[in-house]
Amino acid sequence: MRIGFYICHCGINIANTVDIEEVMKFASQLDGVVVAKDYRYMCSDPGQDLIEEDIKSLNLTRVVVAACSPRMHESTFRAACEEAGLNPYLFQMANIREMVSWTTDDKEAGTEKAKRLVAAAIRRVVLHEPLEARRESVAQAVLVVGGGIAGIEASLRLADSGKKVYLVEREPSIGGHMAQLDKTFPTLDCSACILTPKMVEVGSHENIELLAYSEVKDVSGHVGDFRIKITKKPGYVNASKCVGCGVCTEKCPVKVPSEFDMGLGVRKAIYVPFPQAVPLLYTIDRDSCWYFQKGTCRICERFCDVGAVDFDQKEEIIEIQVGAIIVATGYDVFDASKITPLGYGHLDNVITSLEFERIINSSGPSGGEISLKDGTAPTSVAILHCVGSRDENWNRYCSRVCCMYSMKFAHLVRERIPEAKIYELYIDIRAAGKGYEEFYNRVLDEDVTFIRGRGAQVTRLATNSEEEGKLVVVCEDTLLGIPRRIPVDMVILSVGLEPQKDAAGVARMFKLSCSDEGFFLEKHPKLAPVATATPGLYLAGACQGPKDIPDVVAHASAAAAEAMAMLDRGYVVLEPEKAVISEETCSGCRICLDLCPFDAINFDEEQNIAVVEEVGCDGCGVCVSACPSSAIVLRGYTDEEILAEVEGVLA
Amino acid sequence: MEATQVAMKEFEPKIVGFFCKWCAYQGADLAGTSRMKYPLNVLPIRVMCTGRIDPTYVLTAFAEGADGVLIAGCHLGDCHYETGNYKALRRFALVRRLLEQYGIEPERIRLEWISSSEGSKFAKVVTEMTEEIKKLGPSPLKEVA
Repeated sequence: MRIGFYICHCGINIANTVDIEEVMKFASQLDGVVVAKDYRYMCSDPGQDLIEEDIKSLNLTRVVVAACSPRMHESTFRAACEEAGLNPYLFQMANIREMVSWTTDDKEAGTEKAKRLVAAAIRRVVLHEPLEARRESVAQAVLVVGGGIAGIEASLRLADSGKKVYLVEREPSIGGHMAQLDKTFPTLDCSACILTPKMVEVGSHENIELLAYSEVKDVSGHVGDFRIKITKKPGYVNASKCVGCGVCTEKCPVKVPSEFDMGLGVRKAIYVPFPQAVPLLYTIDRDSCWYFQKGTCRICERFCDVGAVDFDQKEEIIEIQVGAIIVATGYDVFDASKITPLGYGHLDNVITSLEFERIINSSGPSGGEISLKDGTAPTSVAILHCVGSRDENWNRYCSRVCCMYSMKFAHLVRERIPEAKIYELYIDIRAAGKGYEEFYNRVLDEDVTFIRGRGAQVTRLATNSEEEGKLVVVCEDTLLGIPRRIPVDMVILSVGLEPQKDAAGVARMFKLSCSDEGFFLEKHPKLAPVATATPGLYLAGACQGPKDIPDVVAHASAAAAEAMAMLDRGYVVLEPEKAVISEETCSGCRICLDLCPFDAINFDEEQNIAVVEEVGCDGCGVCVSACPSSAIVLRGYTDEEILAEVEGVLA
Repeated sequence: MEATQVAMKEFEPKIVGFFCKWCAYQGADLAGTSRMKYPLNVLPIRVMCTGRIDPTYVLTAFAEGADGVLIAGCHLGDCHYETGNYKALRRFALVRRLLEQYGIEPERIRLEWISSSEGSKFAKVVTEMTEEIKKLGPSPLKEVA
């Protein structure tokens, strides 16, 4: 056994709280160590060269590097070993940065702990066996989950490069939240005008298979070969026959609140969510349709000239195989009724920002007319920032878009009602973005009153004649240092962005991690903002955290580029850490069969032994620790290797 | 009395930590990346899943001189391998009872769910556990030896 030991200073990151010299001396005296060296940055080219040269000139059979987390540079050093002709799995890393030097100011204790981890790594590496990573081909298709602007953008980028895309959207139409918005800040582009061409492109693209009104039900497999089960919900209208004429909707007698219009308008039981919907396919909502609820009606069927209505349509399960997955499930808005003092849900004319987007929209329920419940136009409007954001009680984070859309609202109100009094109640104005500060200055010049202070309460209780019949916004003006009461006709609550209500379930299905707030966790906050801990699984858009449209588009394009690069390379390297059952020792008890979460263990009736199907095995090792005959070995994590570490850290 | 107090003060327990690769180990990394300071008594060993942890690892750790064992993995329902942590949970109950029969206090072994974003929870758990074991003193198995 000829072990080479290398320790990294990481500049001062490790060297400040770990005595490099001493650890090196300690390691050089351990069994099997023939060389111990240090370098300022082991991961740099010269650092790697050091290892490679030693492997060749000193005939090293094992390498240990004490440096950062294996999550950072294990692959770097494995590659260096391979470069020098040593099997990359005859390498072990000791994590003395994240686990030691960064967690202490006590150099003596840090040095001691570093020695323990080094001893463990050296004892372990002795037992390592050469392993071979397998290469597998990559299915040339990508699943995109969610048809908002993020999913649309990612799908188009991939499809344009010739990749097959399956875009799954659970609503009857793609478009997401962006389709609901009126104008977009700071340029005031009409949201629908810039979005709908992209939606149409998705609908007609030869490489995109759009699965609307569908949901992903099951995900299995691994990078390069994911197996997906998708449920296509019955919309009771035959897509190949429906011409989108809309006669069915016209004749349908059922009226229910429109989800697209935030419940402010009505839709029919057979409907398209909005006129520019893609696919332009009418859908029957089973929960409100009289035929499904009461057993009679079928008017739509009678009036459909092309016979597209099909009440016998059944749920369909679609199974696909893809090489990569992009999760673009978007966000939800904060439920303003949770903050009772702000009056949402029990005071008239207190509305949320998303409701205002529909109200101000010329194709919205009021035709773009800003009006109060009694039909008159408001003479004064207060816009309350940070509702549910930057608030210890709700969400501590900043939702990033509210300042800008709130100021957009002020501008739009000014445009429609020139004489209105407009108040913006803010904590800080966050206008960081191209053209954003300029937009803020523009709104400042439009006679909008900015009050620095969070809206604390909205009440109808008047204390003077001026407040009579008004909504009174109570706040503290933190610039003047006084409490204020502002009587207005309309209050808009700028609600923050939250993870989708079912984000935890989605995370479970795709095996994603979530951040504390519940948004999906990227692999690295700076250097891998679209990748995740699971290879082949990427994030796009606001499901990863609040973002405005330009950032979502950039994020989605990045996700598409990563997926594309993986597909174009054509193969993936699958880690060799898999369970192997010894034919001689297996007693055929079958305990492992039920334990395997991936059903990757089969039973060979003839030989009366269990056999691991290598492709299905994900290397968790649950079977290994349950086997009463110790017949199963997890390559790379054998009992002996783990116990050697236990002995090493305690030696 | 005074002498034992001094001895107790100097006692630095050795705690073996078994952390799953997907959640707890990443959470521990995050604590480091966030420069959270915590006692250095927990000695981390990376495993694929808490379900990989054989009860004999815990016994071996105590036999080799550990004063405590910390097992940490993904939150229930969040296991990268779906149900590995449930298996760990069941084995944990068993191994804890087993340890009691060896005269090892149940406080010396701890099972925690720490996600990859819970660096602060990791630091808190390690700090708490170190304090607790400092109070308990060295493992009774050491005295026997």
